[in-house]
Amino acid sequence: MAIKDITLGQYFPGDTFIHRLDPRIKIIFVILFIIALFLCQNVLTYAILAAILVAEILISKVGFKAVLRGMRPILLVVAITAVLNLFYTKGEGEPLLTLWKLEIYAEGVRSACYILVRIAMLIACTFLLTYTTSPMLLTDGIESLLSPLKKLKAPVHELAMMMAIALRFIPTLIEETDKIMSAQKARGAEFDTGSLLQKAKALIPLLIPLFVSSFRRANELAIAMECRCYHGGEGRTKMRQFRLRAADISVLLFGLVMVVGIGTLGHFGF
Amino acid sequence: MDAIIETHKLTHIYSGGTPFARTAISEVDFIAYSGEYLGIIGHTGSGKSTLIQHLNGLLKPTSGTVTFAGQDIWQSKAKTRETRFQVGLVFQYPEYQLFEETVYKDIAFGPKNMGLDEAEIDRRVRNAAAFVKLEDALLTQSPFDLSGGEKRRAAIAGVIAMEPSVLVLDEPTAGLDPVGSEEILANIKEYHRAKNATIILVSHSMEDVARMVDRVVVMHEGNIPLSGAPKEVFAQGALLEQIGLGVPQVTRVFQHLRALGLDVDPSVYTVEQAKGALLSTLAGRGAGHGD
Amino acid sequence: MTDPIIKTEALSFSYEAYESHSGELVLRGLDLSIAQGDFVALLGHNGSGKSTLAKHMNAILLPTGGAVWVDGMQTADEDLLLDIRRTVGMVFQNPDNQIVYNVVEEDVAFAPENLGVPSEEIRARVDEALRQVGLYEYRKHAPHLLSGGQKQRLAIAGILAMRPRCLVLDEPTAMLDPIGRGEVLQTVTQLNQTAGVTVVLITHHMDEAALANRLIVMSKGQIALDGPPRAVFQHVEQLRALGLAVPETVALLWELRQSGYDVPLDAISTEECAAVIARLFANQSG
Repeated sequence: MAIKDITLGQYFPGDTFIHRLDPRIKIIFVILFIIALFLCQNVLTYAILAAILVAEILISKVGFKAVLRGMRPILLVVAITAVLNLFYTKGEGEPLLTLWKLEIYAEGVRSACYILVRIAMLIACTFLLTYTTSPMLLTDGIESLLSPLKKLKAPVHELAMMMAIALRFIPTLIEETDKIMSAQKARGAEFDTGSLLQKAKALIPLLIPLFVSSFRRANELAIAMECRCYHGGEGRTKMRQFRLRAADISVLLFGLVMVVGIGTLGHFGF
Repeated sequence: MDAIIETHKLTHIYSGGTPFARTAISEVDFIAYSGEYLGIIGHTGSGKSTLIQHLNGLLKPTSGTVTFAGQDIWQSKAKTRETRFQVGLVFQYPEYQLFEETVYKDIAFGPKNMGLDEAEIDRRVRNAAAFVKLEDALLTQSPFDLSGGEKRRAAIAGVIAMEPSVLVLDEPTAGLDPVGSEEILANIKEYHRAKNATIILVSHSMEDVARMVDRVVVMHEGNIPLSGAPKEVFAQGALLEQIGLGVPQVTRVFQHLRALGLDVDPSVYTVEQAKGALLSTLAGRGAGHGD
Repeated sequence: MTDPIIKTEALSFSYEAYESHSGELVLRGLDLSIAQGDFVALLGHNGSGKSTLAKHMNAILLPTGGAVWVDGMQTADEDLLLDIRRTVGMVFQNPDNQIVYNVVEEDVAFAPENLGVPSEEIRARVDEALRQVGLYEYRKHAPHLLSGGQKQRLAIAGILAMRPRCLVLDEPTAMLDPIGRGEVLQTVTQLNQTAGVTVVLITHHMDEAALANRLIVMSKGQIALDGPPRAVFQHVEQLRALGLAVPETVALLWELRQSGYDVPLDAISTEECAAVIARLFANQSG
């Protein structure tokens, strides 16, 4: 789901301060932001992080609408989490409300609100990362961040390569799915009627050609890659060199200060 | 001749209501006559794929109507489904839709979806296989073990087996060598002849269209700027060049000849016609020379 | 004379060594030499062995009999593999399955990155390759949004970034519409004429073959006809017997000749053909 979103034009090309940041710094900043979120204990700390998030959205010129739209598919999960928290948090005082066997405490309401805000902000800041970073840069950034693991024989290059190829081929496969579906419909196949079992069976004429064609593509791609002298990650160079600039370092320091600050405020909370 | 399929002011907009909205065809009036062999030519993006997917109800018009034998194909669900079987659509590279264990089962997929009984399915599968010259021995093989040309013909048989009265084919010879292309074109001609079926051939190849069809429809930027008998259409060399479609090679040779001051028929479009036209003129001159 | 860029000697090949196929020979003792800077078209019906031959030209397949040299390097020598592949670049039929990355310029950088070229030089090579195929304006685009012809030109750029001396294209236009075909052919012709890249073009289209300096027709794993297109197209009957069509211009002249008129068969372009016919008319009435 996330990958599909990224590749289907979820990257908003732009040339803002945030777009220009080193992708590695952006990834680290998002991680720091998430840590800070989990250190939040009270209204003030949430408010500070919310302000930072709003500022980011404004600077990136992505627009609040886009961020909210990105959240829509996950809304249900967020809502369920909040509701569960609402019911399962037991408070010390009298319940505010009793519905049959379910009791709602003041603590529950607060906890549900917090979890709602926390997840919403977490999603918003990760979406902001994918909105402002091209998938290729993101992949490169992840590969670069994970590169120390190469010393431990972790297949970092291979993982990055797989991610890149997935990003490249998802639109192609979606297009292909569409074509095969139309072709089978032209022979009277129906994909949206009947029982669940019938629907599952109806997918066979779609899935088999799709698998066959994916294998063919994989085969051809492998040969094409060999023709372009691909021989694994060893001795490979990169066209793009990441170089940290002053702005990147400032953002990194800001992120660190944010975590320490929120941690402190949360600890000595109001 | 009676119209078998007709579109009236047919418009299709992809991703309507979003910033990505794109009008593929706009207010197209298209007619296919019963029993004719019709060619549609046009570039990628001219709207021809969008148009043909309306003819069997795979795409629903954004506005305008599609009628089959005089009835709106969207008047009821049953009618739409019936049209799907009446108008057989063979997509580009149809071999990529093969999926069954055997060629026989794959060809039977369409007839099965029509709800026919076993005996009728069997008759249709064997009939369709015969049209595309697939030997009986191949029917029990896996479609994935066939050669490229055989796969293509098996896939076309899968549509022919529904015995549609209109057969629409999108670039049926794409990617095949000359021998493979000729075989497919001959198969289609045979179906046209034997079933008196309407054929709609979508093609990039001016030469193929020129040789095969009775009538040509030219699509450009979601419209039909030109249609008529090949003779009439290919005589509009300048317009075709402007659209970037060009004319068959022999037609161009004849245009050059006219430019050189020779009085030859400008609407010649096959080698056969060209030969005939030149020979008769030469014979005439030869006779004149003898006087 | 400089050494040939590609040379085969008694080249035989059977897929048996690779898969469980029958031991039938796909290539049968082929002797071929392709000169540097030449533009060669390779024709033949399906199964004639032309694609198999192409795959020997940069060591994707290795001979089961005989040998192949690329710029003097024998393809069977594993240590020379990368040098061979950077010398002879391959472009295939389906452009979609040759593009690795989802940004145009990133994809072009793939091969030089594999070769360990320093970053600044990769940048220069990528820009140059994109300009050569006319896609520089599209360098930031996503490949799946390009047209077929543009995708295939991108695949060519991805090879050019290795600075190969020879380009082997295996039916590069089979999946393209006439506009896309035109784009690719123009790019290839230009590379041959201005950059001096040797081109081996495999095709079914006679009008594409007519662009070459040399035309090789294959049949049953051997060379059936070899020469300049004008000379090869004269063998109308033999070509037809081999399952190949001739251009309509040549077909028309051949028909006239069958009817007893003495016309040359080597007029390939429509202008030449018209000129030949006009001359015939003048002679008849003169």
